[in-house]
Amino acid sequence: MLNIKNLHVKLEEEDKQILKGVNLSLEPGKVHAIMGPNGSGKSTLSYVLSGKGGYEVTEGAAQLEGVDILDMEAEERAAAGLFLAFQYPVEIPGVGNMTFLRTAVNAQRKLRSEEEMSAGEFLKVVRAKAKDLKIDAEMLKRSVNVGFSGGEKKRNEILQMAMLEPKMCILDETDSGLDVDAMKLVSQGVNALRDENRTFLVITHYQRLLDHIKPDVVHIMANGRIIKTGGPELALEVEQNGYADLLEEIA
Amino acid sequence: MAAPSQQKVNTRALCDAPLIESSGVWSKEARMMASARAQASGLPQRRDEYWKYTRPDAFVHADVTLQASQRSSLGLFDQRATISVAFEDGQIQAATLPSAAHCTLESLSSASGLDLHWARDIYGHLEAAGQKPVQRSLAAVNTAVAREGLLVNVTGAVAAPIHIQATSSGQSDSTIHHVIKVAPGAEVTVIETGQYGARSNIVLEVDVADGGRFQHIRVQDGNERHMLTHIFGKIGAEAVFKTFTLTAGGQLTRNECVLQLLGDDASVSVAGACLGDGDFHHDDTVFITHDAVNCESRQVFKKVLRNGAVGVFQGKILVKAGAQKTDGYQISQSLLLDDDSQFLAKPELEIYADDVACSHGSTSGAIDMQALFYLRSRGVPEAKAIDLLTLSFVAEAIEEIEDSDLAQDILDHLTNTMSAQ
Repeated sequence: MLNIKNLHVKLEEEDKQILKGVNLSLEPGKVHAIMGPNGSGKSTLSYVLSGKGGYEVTEGAAQLEGVDILDMEAEERAAAGLFLAFQYPVEIPGVGNMTFLRTAVNAQRKLRSEEEMSAGEFLKVVRAKAKDLKIDAEMLKRSVNVGFSGGEKKRNEILQMAMLEPKMCILDETDSGLDVDAMKLVSQGVNALRDENRTFLVITHYQRLLDHIKPDVVHIMANGRIIKTGGPELALEVEQNGYADLLEEIA
Repeated sequence: MAAPSQQKVNTRALCDAPLIESSGVWSKEARMMASARAQASGLPQRRDEYWKYTRPDAFVHADVTLQASQRSSLGLFDQRATISVAFEDGQIQAATLPSAAHCTLESLSSASGLDLHWARDIYGHLEAAGQKPVQRSLAAVNTAVAREGLLVNVTGAVAAPIHIQATSSGQSDSTIHHVIKVAPGAEVTVIETGQYGARSNIVLEVDVADGGRFQHIRVQDGNERHMLTHIFGKIGAEAVFKTFTLTAGGQLTRNECVLQLLGDDASVSVAGACLGDGDFHHDDTVFITHDAVNCESRQVFKKVLRNGAVGVFQGKILVKAGAQKTDGYQISQSLLLDDDSQFLAKPELEIYADDVACSHGSTSGAIDMQALFYLRSRGVPEAKAIDLLTLSFVAEAIEEIEDSDLAQDILDHLTNTMSAQ
């Protein structure tokens, strides 16, 4: 699904290398988790893959289903099937959540030369998916993320994911700012979207989220590289021992 | 030192003798006095402090060299039931004036010779009261020479909005003077769309009596046109006055609004949103006087500027001694979509009472890159994402519109205007 080869990235504004040769191969239908200490480059990786400005790729490549994505605009990557669930979803006052969702769904369809979703069909689909995430009509009517609690913002991210039906979903610290109940709800939303053709990359600090969204593969990232890859047990190991042992191993 | 050259500028007339001659007693006196006011103060000059950010020349010259252009707001509000009044090249066809319950509608041109008691007490009087402390001589000129306007006497709750639709062609120069009287407890909404002329000088005098409600929504469009407007409002106790203007075109626009809160517990809102692109200069000049206890006033202005467009805001809140418990709010913000555009703001507060809350703020900013990335990461192309963020930016001004249906119409119109660009 997503192949990342020897990815080197630095900040555009300053001469600071963040990613120093990331290699990752994500197969269809799998859930990969990336864990790692603060500043290891996890969020940068998610931003670079989804097309945020301010970064310069100095070496390496990233392919989504065999197609290079690093030269694409953010909206083209989205239309190609990439989705980033933000750690801090942005508030957009004055733009209704429904308007935003419908604009996004139809913009992607247009970019893919598909027929736009009619207002009636859209309403039907969004209501059903919102219900599963316990998002009520009031939340759909409100401005995008404005006045939403931390949990509501993250549920709204998952609703967008459910509506856009991406192939490759990157979740950037989706567990941050969530209480236990909200984490369960968000995880249920994610798990409902798991299928053999959809791949997830779950970035998190804590093993806790991985109790709910069970990963197939766990990667440890440090200092701009993937330093260790293993099964779900690797996450438990980190939870117990911290990153210090692993960092020493590679030092 | 050489004497300053006496540059002879061909300026607009300050008086219209045949018009005064033919006017009835109620407007004759007002016109003569206004003409005298204009002559005493003289037309605005470039060096006048009040015209520091907007050159008055285009409004002062006698000649109009512009061509009125196509209306972009045509059809707006058509799906709403309204009491429709059409202005064509600055003229009302009096025979077409509709009638409606709880109000009378007359045209200035046909009523000028009559003795309209209710209008006599307002026509030119609110404008005259608005000449202090700053002279607005082009408004006085308007009172003196205006031949057309809509006179509305509101005596109860008018069910549908009165919709003034102005169209013009060619190099028309329109001077229009509207008068609206809202009786105690009466209610009316007035919508103005379009352009009265290639150049227009518009005065709207509104007297809202105790407990009355007046809502005004205006959409200014057109390309190559110059427009100067003045709203003079007198607001009684527990009355509500709201005006909102959307400017989505026109080379030069100056909207002045002069309001006096004269009764306790009244509230006013003056709001505006403009989208300026290229050869576009837009000036909002507001003066709100609090002269009663426990009144609220709000000024909310949002300007989106690109390709060298210029936005101006001069807003003042004057709180007179004794106007305790005043709640004044003023915000003016610009969204600058490139480095060539500019926003010039002069917020002012002058307060002579000691128990008041007045807040003001003014900002200029660019598009929020994080928000732009958020939208694009969802598949929204950059241009459309900027449109959505522009809507987001002006939303606070549109929220000042009380009627949610009309606010929705304005939003839809804005969306259409942007996607057409």
